[in-house]
Amino acid sequence: MPIQVLMPALSPTMEKGNLAKWLKKEGETIKSGDVIAEIETDKATMEVEATDEGTLGRILIPEGTADVAVNTPIATILADGESASDLAKVPAPAAAKQEKPADAPAAPAAKSEPAAAPAAPSAVAPPDPEIPAGTEMVTMTIRDALRDAMAEEMRRDPDVFLMGEEVAEYQGAYKVSQGLLQEFSARRVIDTPITEHGFAGIGVGAAMSGLKPIVEFMTFNFAMQAIDQIINSAAKTLYMSGGQMGCAIVFRGPNGAAARVAAQHSQDYAAWYSQVPGLKVIAPFSAADYKGLLKAAIRDPNPVIFLENEMLYGHTGEIPKLDDYVIPIGKARVARTGNHVTIISWSMGMSYALKAADELAKEGIEAEIVDLRTIRPLDTETIVASVRKTGRAVTVEEGWQQSGVGAEVAARIMEHAFDYLDAPVTRVSGKDVPMPYAANLEKLALPSVAEVVAAAKAVCYR
Amino acid sequence: MAPPKKSAANETAEEQGAPPPFTREQELKALRDMLLIRRFEEKAGQLYGMGAIGGFCHLYIGQEAVVVGMQMALKKGDQVITGYRDHGHMLACGMDAKGVMAELTGRRGGYSKGKGGSMHMFSKAENFYGGHGIVGAQVSLGTGLAFANRYRGNDFVSLAYFGDGASNQGQVYESFNMAELWKLPVIYVIENNRYAMGTSVTRSSAQTDFSKRGASFNIPGDQVDGMDVRAVKAAADKAVAWCRAAKGPYILEMQTYRYRGHSMSDPAKYRTREEVEKVRHDQDPIEQVRNRLLAAKMSEDELKKIDAEVRQVVNEAADFAQHDPEPDVSELYTDVYR
Repeated sequence: MPIQVLMPALSPTMEKGNLAKWLKKEGETIKSGDVIAEIETDKATMEVEATDEGTLGRILIPEGTADVAVNTPIATILADGESASDLAKVPAPAAAKQEKPADAPAAPAAKSEPAAAPAAPSAVAPPDPEIPAGTEMVTMTIRDALRDAMAEEMRRDPDVFLMGEEVAEYQGAYKVSQGLLQEFSARRVIDTPITEHGFAGIGVGAAMSGLKPIVEFMTFNFAMQAIDQIINSAAKTLYMSGGQMGCAIVFRGPNGAAARVAAQHSQDYAAWYSQVPGLKVIAPFSAADYKGLLKAAIRDPNPVIFLENEMLYGHTGEIPKLDDYVIPIGKARVARTGNHVTIISWSMGMSYALKAADELAKEGIEAEIVDLRTIRPLDTETIVASVRKTGRAVTVEEGWQQSGVGAEVAARIMEHAFDYLDAPVTRVSGKDVPMPYAANLEKLALPSVAEVVAAAKAVCYR
Repeated sequence: MAPPKKSAANETAEEQGAPPPFTREQELKALRDMLLIRRFEEKAGQLYGMGAIGGFCHLYIGQEAVVVGMQMALKKGDQVITGYRDHGHMLACGMDAKGVMAELTGRRGGYSKGKGGSMHMFSKAENFYGGHGIVGAQVSLGTGLAFANRYRGNDFVSLAYFGDGASNQGQVYESFNMAELWKLPVIYVIENNRYAMGTSVTRSSAQTDFSKRGASFNIPGDQVDGMDVRAVKAAADKAVAWCRAAKGPYILEMQTYRYRGHSMSDPAKYRTREEVEKVRHDQDPIEQVRNRLLAAKMSEDELKKIDAEVRQVVNEAADFAQHDPEPDVSELYTDVYR
């Protein structure tokens, strides 16, 4: 049967166009790929190419016709062996229109309202592992806790490897990877050139093929060079592939303000990464959490952003001496209990919060402190349970306030515990400026214990 | 890198400088595979025109010899990754036309369940790693696939395809550096189709000989007639052997041409119709094979039969892609995390 040529759409939004010119006459031979007509819209002129071979049987829409609707038959092509008499077999344009597949895209739009979005899944993380009575506690720096976590996971799984700048021979720019080269050899502890975008992409590619890279950024400030690979490749591939191809990878390194290194080396990226579905974002404070959560991050089949803090590397803490100490991702920890006000923080912010709680206690205010540990997925349940008890909440972060993690926490409290609030949620954060170098200004740009104390007293109306 | 030694096959070739001839089986395979891509893309263009395919749709018509010739040099387990002009690569890798077309129409039977679209399809089974929409990103990712091969100590090779446009991205050179430094088995296949969207190579590139783009990293490179599937296959054989022998990466600049616009809504004012017609008339990769087969006494009827078989596959794919249901709404939140 003769083939109908339909008015094509040049873009998904085009509904009609002008048939400017016919470049073939009735009776002319047409090969696949020949330009047969020109159509124009207000934006562009385009050529219509034949996708079938034969003879141009009949022109149904003469040139110069304006506002021809998309999918209107504009011509018929006769296949080899067909003649003009076969044209009668072509259904009339109106009938032809009905032949359009019932579920062609125009149709879904015209259909009834789109189905309502299903409820977003909410996963509840399991509690921390039990530490058996009598377990020996080892005092250790966070630096060593991170190293041990990596070493244990590398011993456990030969697909885990570490790559980054100065991780091998230099033993880590901050000595976090001390000794790993000696134990695991240059095959698994890999010094890269200074080329964050490139090695992040190589890490993601290796992960797509099933390896489990730990990619160290000397600081997360440099990861901005690589953020396209982290978000567009690592975070989205599982979804874009319909679940076929994921990416088990950890991006780790120091994040947030160090000391006196000025604006380009002092920024908190927790809020940035926490916005992205497909990523998990972890920012621990205690030594035990650093170890247990890094082990969990390395085992997780998803891309994980593991935000460390340079100022904390030398801090020590007690870590249970267990063969396999893994802390579930997505569970906040109540670091101190109290009934008067909830202070929600994580990473370095916890040091302000804990000191502030001591100060507040002297004035008779018992603060409950929630250490988020994981920023995404955020443990709304633990936050809300605490706020329902205290009726007051203060968030503390080193990052900027606008669209910050504190803003998200405040919104969730409003959504889930509005009726329990006795005061507005208050945010203590880094100031809305690039980090200054001068010692006095730097101090002012960061949150302080005094600010946390003041905020807590304010929400308690004290 | 010294120029390749002329092989005996080369010297006895009928034309001076012609690539080694194909066997009849190879010619027929190349013809079928290229025709499948050509007809598939024509159909995709048609479905786009009908509104059945949304968003972006970058057709591969004209460039078929590149993926088909490269694929003929690979073995099962070698990996392929490319950018967003990717339908041809998927078909060449052996992915099913129905699943690819259904992804273009956003249906549940698509390779990504309808969640990826034209630019984002993957197949673990066929070792096809996408389908990437950010120009140049696939070069680092493909280098990572090669890294994984090296790490595992196997002899698989990864192919990272990208265009003349992507060749100017910074991460391409970061990847070149590490690939040569670590001797990674990756072939960088630069599909130079002369235009990065609407910008010709002479307007965008200080060095338009893309085979030299690895020179400062000591990566060897060849310029290849990407319209002649035999030339592509011969170049691929050489590059694959280089990589399998753990000598590091290799660059192949495929000089090719896209007949259609950059994407569907491209008015193509940056080049003349005559230019397109000339390439099409003089260099079409499919016509070259057809003409050789006709010269070798294959009949028009036999060739038409092949075309009809290919059209049948494509029509079935188009039919499936238009009637398969859209993904279930419950799929909205799946595949975000494992």
